[in-house]
Amino acid sequence: MSIATANLDTTGPEAGARSEDYLWTLNFGPQHPATHTTLRLVLKLDGERVVDAMPEMGYLHSGFEKIGEHLTFNQYVTVTDRMNYISPMANNVAWHHAVETLLGIELTPRCTYIRTIIAELARISDHLLSNGAVGLDTGAFTFFLYGFYQREVIYDIFETLCGARFTNSYTRVGGVSQDFTPLVIEKIRAFIRTFPKTLDDMERLLTRNRIFVDRTKGVGLLTKEEAINASASGPVARASGVTRDLRKDEPYLAYADLDFQVCCASAGDCYARYLVRMQEMRESLKLVAQALENLPAGDVNVSIDQRVARPTKQQVYSSIEGTISHFELSMANRGFEVPHEESYAAIEAPNGELGFYIVGDGSENAYRARCRPPSVLHFALFPQLIRGHTLSDVVAVLGSLNIIAAELDR
Amino acid sequence: MPFTPPSVDDVLAGLADRFGTLDTSVYRGQTRVVVPADMSFDALAWLKERGFDLLVDVTCVDYLEYPDAKHRYGLVYLLASTATNQRLTVRVFVDDPDPAVKSAVPLWAGANWLEREVWDLFGIRFTGHPDLRRLVMPEEFTAHPLRKDYPLQGRGERHNFPVITRDHS
Amino acid sequence: MAMMPSGSGGRIELPENVVVSRLDALANWCRKNSLWPMPFATACCGIELMATGASKHDLARFGAEVFRFSPRQCDLMIVAGRVVMKMLPVLQRIWQQMHEPKWCISMGACASTGGVFDTYAVVQGIDRFIPVDMYVPGCPPRPEQLIQAIIDLQDKIQREGTITGREFDTAGRQLRKRALVELAGPATIDASRNPVLQRELAAAAEAITSRS
Repeated sequence: MSIATANLDTTGPEAGARSEDYLWTLNFGPQHPATHTTLRLVLKLDGERVVDAMPEMGYLHSGFEKIGEHLTFNQYVTVTDRMNYISPMANNVAWHHAVETLLGIELTPRCTYIRTIIAELARISDHLLSNGAVGLDTGAFTFFLYGFYQREVIYDIFETLCGARFTNSYTRVGGVSQDFTPLVIEKIRAFIRTFPKTLDDMERLLTRNRIFVDRTKGVGLLTKEEAINASASGPVARASGVTRDLRKDEPYLAYADLDFQVCCASAGDCYARYLVRMQEMRESLKLVAQALENLPAGDVNVSIDQRVARPTKQQVYSSIEGTISHFELSMANRGFEVPHEESYAAIEAPNGELGFYIVGDGSENAYRARCRPPSVLHFALFPQLIRGHTLSDVVAVLGSLNIIAAELDR
Repeated sequence: MPFTPPSVDDVLAGLADRFGTLDTSVYRGQTRVVVPADMSFDALAWLKERGFDLLVDVTCVDYLEYPDAKHRYGLVYLLASTATNQRLTVRVFVDDPDPAVKSAVPLWAGANWLEREVWDLFGIRFTGHPDLRRLVMPEEFTAHPLRKDYPLQGRGERHNFPVITRDHS
Repeated sequence: MAMMPSGSGGRIELPENVVVSRLDALANWCRKNSLWPMPFATACCGIELMATGASKHDLARFGAEVFRFSPRQCDLMIVAGRVVMKMLPVLQRIWQQMHEPKWCISMGACASTGGVFDTYAVVQGIDRFIPVDMYVPGCPPRPEQLIQAIIDLQDKIQREGTITGREFDTAGRQLRKRALVELAGPATIDASRNPVLQRELAAAAEAITSRS
């Protein structure tokens, strides 16, 4: 930030009109490879220095919140997949966490552990891509390929688990669509065994790489006060010294039982955000390993008396409660009871606090399904992070904020 | 002496002392307080001083078709404290014809885009907002699509573009 | 055989290492094996597009890995993800900036039909507003499906491409379609893989052209 004030204060009295004449405007996006998605920046440049940036969004606004008013609580999970599409599982978990908060459903222990495992795997796959993208944009293509290969392994786990490699739609109200099978557990164990080695390789490639460190250290500084004032969350806030992590602060799912650390840094630059993400992957792996070893036995869905989760085929054919429950849930307007209330519930998604504010009006659809997207608040920070840096730093800052357009615009 | 943070109830009591009796409720452990529209900014500023230093979200609900609703729009400010991790929901009701409240941007920089989004999708004006433009819809768009009287499929705006064929390109 | 030299009895002696072909076929062969995609990646499909180009699936095996982000260097646009009202003018602009001959793959349900997003903001299929050559179903399609679409497109380029781009002549296409209806009647026949029918269709189209 000190660079910015040195000689670029074009509004000051001594700057005059002359330096203003030399400024030129550069349009960046909405279709530009380094934006990775569809966002647009209008940059004001003095030579190669960015004097100001005007971010613009909405190039992927698809009316997610309006659809949420027309789909049932179980149907809408397919749409949340497409929200933050580099970690769809975390979105599934966030949505149904919010729905279950509204309905007041207590999950079974097995389900909380399963959801914890998949949410943490989603975090790893998110961080692999976002750090990989920072590497890609600053010239380290190999790093990106290493990351993507491990993402394919996680895709494979998810595909074995629920049949879809990418848009999983895995959770249901009161449970999940499929229980863990021995094959899934075996695949996750194999991942836990092999992943640390790749992570070490990745760290060796980039963490002390001179070019990478020079391009990211001291770039895009964000102080703790600014982060809180601008409502930043997740790795962006934690890299600036905000110790807020919903997994510790408001433990949901099985996080209260598990041992992990909140990864923080104080520098607040792009390099710190990279380091926080790298470290979080190790912590997530620790969490997955613990949760998998302590996976409770028992049912994965809530019991059929609660009339929210679909009964198994066995229950439908062999018990009257199962048949009634199946009938009630399958018929239109006979679904579970929704209170005339509103509630907000959030989880610590890979990108930050991802919450849903749901208004229930007695019907199976939400009356209003507001998503609290971390990306919007991070993207709003962009001008103040880039001011005074060079044009080539734009991609480093954008990559380290990890802005996902579908979550940004919804 | 160790610092003991005030509980949410204490803060609400203080808020009631300062701004008169307010409608509060608790649901699933979440405390909500309804603040009149003309006092919303002062109440938020007061709460910010009392430790609710993080603005989590600003959003709005259109109660047009909601059973037994008394007001058309309900603004929702979700606040949290980074020190104590307490949460508080502040609700402000506004009505047609000119729904407007005072902007919270002087308090939190993060409110800027959240309020622009509410303006874009619900058409609620935030007085004193530095840059109240549409956020996600195109500038030339006229409606506010998340209002309940706007249809899901829109009013045909999405079909209104020139067609490019192989002959043109 | 138009350039048959006199006195050789109808036979041309070719030196070694010389192959005779139609110029069209040669151009098609070059074009189909050096497709330069322009990734118009907006949403989830874009990540699968990245996966297609990345380590495991490796699009380079099919000669289409040179992703170029400037439309002026590309001849294949892959629209991956939903296109919304604010984005459509951008899409059209980029399509017009690409040089002929150019092709377009509409990847995924959202780009092809709007998919699950039947809402006020989402364009219900990009083929309403720009020409599309291949549709890839799926939400999002697996990388294998995208690779198959590219192979099919290569097939199509080899089959019906011409060096002057006559296959993009929409009026001629319309005639051929009309000829198909006249010839085949109401029953649907897959004419694209039937060489006899293809020849008859071409002749019929020729006849209609000369009539009008």
